[in-house]
Amino acid sequence: MSNSMRTPLGRVRGLGSAKEGINHFMKQRASAIALVFLVPWMIYNIVLIACCHEDAAARFEAANAFLTSPLNAIFALIAIGASLYHMRLGIQVVIEDYIHASGTKIFLLLLNSFVTIGLFAIAFYSVFTVAA
Amino acid sequence: MAGQGWTDKRPMSPHLQIWKFHPTMLSSILHRATGVANAVGVAMIVGWLFAVASGPEAFAGYDAFFSSIFGMIILFGFTVSIFYHFANGIRHLIWDAGKGFDPNTANLWSIFSLVFGVLGAVALWAAILMQG
Repeated sequence: MSNSMRTPLGRVRGLGSAKEGINHFMKQRASAIALVFLVPWMIYNIVLIACCHEDAAARFEAANAFLTSPLNAIFALIAIGASLYHMRLGIQVVIEDYIHASGTKIFLLLLNSFVTIGLFAIAFYSVFTVAA
Repeated sequence: MAGQGWTDKRPMSPHLQIWKFHPTMLSSILHRATGVANAVGVAMIVGWLFAVASGPEAFAGYDAFFSSIFGMIILFGFTVSIFYHFANGIRHLIWDAGKGFDPNTANLWSIFSLVFGVLGAVALWAAILMQG
């Protein structure tokens, strides 16, 4: 065996300890690049709705007006979708790093997936209801 | 963790306690912490969208909570968290391009991310509160 830190089988497979190569890494980066643009856009619009209106009723109207525009509705869902995608990958790594009991780990990883997908379903339903 | 049973000759990652404090260490820990906080924040935004879809009464309740002092403290914390993670996330993308690794640049950017997170959030909230 050479001086390599990697096992011969690991080198042959070329996928590393996570068993999926750079897949996770690239997904995290791709969503990060999208969020560089989507997050400022989303913050800007939420702040406009939240700050510049008299009361809750006016803010409700402003939020409705915002989401009624097709372009805003589509981009809001892309922004929420990209955030949830990025966040699922991130929380997954946190769980894998700190939780070592395999039963608990699998449970939390499943929960992470279910919660993110559930949140996206709620966001999709909400935006669609307002926009339609 | 590393008892006498440890036979693997490959290097182990040093545990948190033996690290000397330095800015890049702080920024790394904060990147993870703010990532988890942002996950909670995204859930709050999805809840907000759902409140908009649920009609004026539901929205008024949600709005009242986040207009309270307690709610605004949460939102301010979320703003700091987002701004920090955003600035430090861009640094991660620059690292991915193979740049910014020398200690001075890395330390400087760590401090910049922190300052950007706090001052950015303070500036945004000052602007919002002055609007009324």
